[in-house]
Amino acid sequence: MKELTYVRATSAAEAVEAVTDDPRAQYLGGGTNLTDHLKLGITTPEVLVDVSRLPLDTVEDTGTGLRIGAAVRNSDLAAHPVVRSDFPALSRALLAGASGQIRNQATTAGNLLQRTRCVYFQDPTTPCNKREPGSGCSAIEGYGRYNAVLGASEACVAVHPSDMAVAMSALDAQVVVLGAEGERRIPLEDLHRLPGHHPERDTTLAHGELITAVELSRSGAARTSTYEKARDRASYAFALVSVAAALELDGDRVADVRIAWGGAAHKPWRARTAEDLLRDGPLDEQRVRDAAAEELRAAATGPDSDYKVAMLTGITARALVRLSEATS
Amino acid sequence: MIARPIETRAVGAHHDRVDGPLKVTGHARYAVEHGPDEGVSEHLTAWLVGAPVAKGRVLRVDATQALATAGVVSVVDHESARRLDDTGEQGDGELAILQDDRIHYRGQIVAIVLAESAEAAREGARLVHVQVEAGDHVADLDSEEAELYAPEEVNAGHETDWSDGDVDAARAGATVVVEGDYSIPYEHNNPLEPHAATAHWDGEVLTMWDSTQAVHAVASTLAPMLGLEVEQVRVRAPYVGGGFGSKGLPHSPEVAAALAAMAVPGRWVRLAVTRQQMFAMTGYRSQSRSRIRLAAEPDGRLLAIEHDAVAPSAAVKEFVEQTATISRMMYAAPARRTTHRAAALDINVSSWMRAPGEMPGTFATEVAMDELAVACDVDPIDLRLRNEPATDPETGNPWNDRRLVECLEQGAERFGWSGRSPEPRTTTDGDWLVGTGVAAATYPTLWMPGNGARIESRTGGRYAVGIGAVDIGTGARTVLQQIAADALDVPVSAIDLAIGDTSLPAATVAGGSSGTGSWGTAIVQTAQQFRADHGPEPAPGLHTQTTTESYPDMAGHALHSFGAVFAEVRVDRWTGEVRVSRLHGTYSVGRIVNPMTARSQLLGGLLMGLSAALHEEGVRDPRFGHVVTQDLATYHVAAHADVPPDLDARWLEESDTLSTPFGGRGIGEIAIVGTAAAIANAAWHATGVRVRDLPVTADAFL
Repeated sequence: MKELTYVRATSAAEAVEAVTDDPRAQYLGGGTNLTDHLKLGITTPEVLVDVSRLPLDTVEDTGTGLRIGAAVRNSDLAAHPVVRSDFPALSRALLAGASGQIRNQATTAGNLLQRTRCVYFQDPTTPCNKREPGSGCSAIEGYGRYNAVLGASEACVAVHPSDMAVAMSALDAQVVVLGAEGERRIPLEDLHRLPGHHPERDTTLAHGELITAVELSRSGAARTSTYEKARDRASYAFALVSVAAALELDGDRVADVRIAWGGAAHKPWRARTAEDLLRDGPLDEQRVRDAAAEELRAAATGPDSDYKVAMLTGITARALVRLSEATS
Repeated sequence: MIARPIETRAVGAHHDRVDGPLKVTGHARYAVEHGPDEGVSEHLTAWLVGAPVAKGRVLRVDATQALATAGVVSVVDHESARRLDDTGEQGDGELAILQDDRIHYRGQIVAIVLAESAEAAREGARLVHVQVEAGDHVADLDSEEAELYAPEEVNAGHETDWSDGDVDAARAGATVVVEGDYSIPYEHNNPLEPHAATAHWDGEVLTMWDSTQAVHAVASTLAPMLGLEVEQVRVRAPYVGGGFGSKGLPHSPEVAAALAAMAVPGRWVRLAVTRQQMFAMTGYRSQSRSRIRLAAEPDGRLLAIEHDAVAPSAAVKEFVEQTATISRMMYAAPARRTTHRAAALDINVSSWMRAPGEMPGTFATEVAMDELAVACDVDPIDLRLRNEPATDPETGNPWNDRRLVECLEQGAERFGWSGRSPEPRTTTDGDWLVGTGVAAATYPTLWMPGNGARIESRTGGRYAVGIGAVDIGTGARTVLQQIAADALDVPVSAIDLAIGDTSLPAATVAGGSSGTGSWGTAIVQTAQQFRADHGPEPAPGLHTQTTTESYPDMAGHALHSFGAVFAEVRVDRWTGEVRVSRLHGTYSVGRIVNPMTARSQLLGGLLMGLSAALHEEGVRDPRFGHVVTQDLATYHVAAHADVPPDLDARWLEESDTLSTPFGGRGIGEIAIVGTAAAIANAAWHATGVRVRDLPVTADAFL
């Protein structure tokens, strides 16, 4: 790997200043993804600003919800009693991801900002628009088992690999961001972007902006939420597809429902069309399948990825049927 | 003298792994872990640079930037590398690296960077700019330019084509014909320890610690290439972190380690390939396709078996698995016809992976047998019983002791097979569709002549036993002590065993499930000669060394092991996800030397078979020519959560002194054979969906 300067930030403001002013600088969190990239030559920063030791490692109960520090480790967050009781989808998503060792090391913000595992992105000897803009996309005509089926572009068919982010999307999380101009809040749904013509940009953050926290609000639906993940290997595998679902029933009527999909798109895919179709009606397997199918009308698949349509439909039905059985 | 059967006491008994404490405490040293106390100081790290195209010529290796990187000492390329004298009879294109500008496959070694640290070496490798003239490559078996040919022979010297009886007439007269195409993807061995070596050249002797399954084979392969006498190459492999066949033959990284050391005489060089490079330069199981046609009577008795296997092979070095040979001997069909065809592609070089030939071939035949059972409405076990041959269909010889029927019957009893519905998709458990399947397994008894052993008496009734065998994690170091103890009629604790070093008597590869049998025979033969020479109470310092020429009754008998695999598979009705909940193997493998290490070998084989059944798939992108699922995140091997809750391996109590003087046969490979078929058959029983292409994944059931 390329020699670089390592800086341990002592405050968030200092970190933001250091990175904002230096286009060759990057933040280092748990390092579970970035150190791979350094070794593989996917990225070659000259300065790493370590933010993993900033005092952003607590989970605070605000009464109306939780404020999760950016440096909270994935394993700690998954085990947090309030996360387990009031936001079970988040705990389950975290535990469905990576391995115990990686979860002990990975941070909340780092998990959100991890990059695709598309095999061509990971291989600097092949063209990839995300890694090298303008070089072309090898995945569209290549190995496509993990390709996006929603919201992809001619430039990129990569999916976002995080499980946690999918749960946070369904839970309507807010991301707290510190920049040179001060702090702002972004709905998690707007943090990641679709690839369009600029797949090199995963998020809407400007260079130097630092995620300091993620905020969750309590709700009945959040309390009755789950995360289900389909994968080829029973553990330690990225999702073929996944679903985070939250449900609140009023008798037999859906009062509130939220659905987010993983393994489907360049970002956690909030299935709002499906949500709208299910809200205010009864909930059963066929209605969920129909709603998911409607959401998936826009899906664009290849020969390797067409299974995702049926799998997303099936896993969404399973998740919501199980939630409805648990609540009624 | 030829070894005679021995009385067994330690052989057959549980014995803890003698190197277990060293391994679990991290004190066992692997190929790049040797340090100053063993003379390895101030080592350089070598990093390999792979070709960026699948075919063409290297115009220039531009090392300017690399050499300007702090810590980078040298860059060796095809212009600066030592010339190799001899690369084998036809010229071994896999091993003849850095000798000219030709690129034969993507990832081929085109430069070696030597640096003072691993980090500097890796950065130097990133900054080596390889300028190439790309040619047109063919890396896809389905390409129109991929022409099939009949190789002169296939792996292990088997005949390419072989037939017996009139297959066409038998098929024409058959009531039932089952026909199908079955395929295995590229599979990659991926031992935990990558291919790695520490090497040193002092101008006279090349010294290597190597991660290999055969130290003598490395020395005898490298020496003539490097223009050295074999005595000038010292290879040691005290501990090896797995091989699964991929370290059975030397591959190009070993040549690179030697060339790198010879480029910096007097300095130690460490070389470990990356996980990604293991998908390009260390061997793998080729993709293969089997067309099977079974012709049978209405009751399932086979009239004809046709097995036609097709696989790609690297244009630079042929390797064709003996995928169809299984069909020459397994069942009692009066007519059998088997063929192998290959296509020479511009791809990296395939090699041995656990049970080459038997594993892919048996997947095809045992799934086809399951389909025949369905077609004839016969229980799959009964079908196999009806096709038991009294003698070996291939040679006509009597079997050593073919006990497949007992494996099937005992396995069925233990698994709870009776009462199984022949209809698919009849059992559910919550959201799971549940099914069961069975497959038969076999593996030949391979025995390698030319193994030497040396035994020397020491004080206190101890014996030093030396043989250049390698323990790649199997437990060889332990079981050879047990065999030596019984052969000398002393306790195991009286044996001081030395292995893994070319300074010891020559030994053959830890491969082909031949190690314990071949090395053990050498130890028994030497022990018996030692007693003949020196008596039961020798003075210290007396020694005997012998080399084996023969033992097993290969001419008079067909020597094989057999087994039966039972699987219970669950398929999620919502997502199609496939999991194995039960996996049993029952084996007839001769006398078990050590139940603990044997069980580990058999369970590992079953799990590797499960991994092939559900997970492993090397995806070669024909546009580039290399395998793009080139790490353990994208090339899945079974992990802990995939291990069935009910996993069990058992064996029949028996002794086979036709095969070895201690009655055992090899056990390293048979448990991967048939396992994928049992699982695929169970997946059919669960769902009604017949999957003929590995791996069996969720999308097949949606």
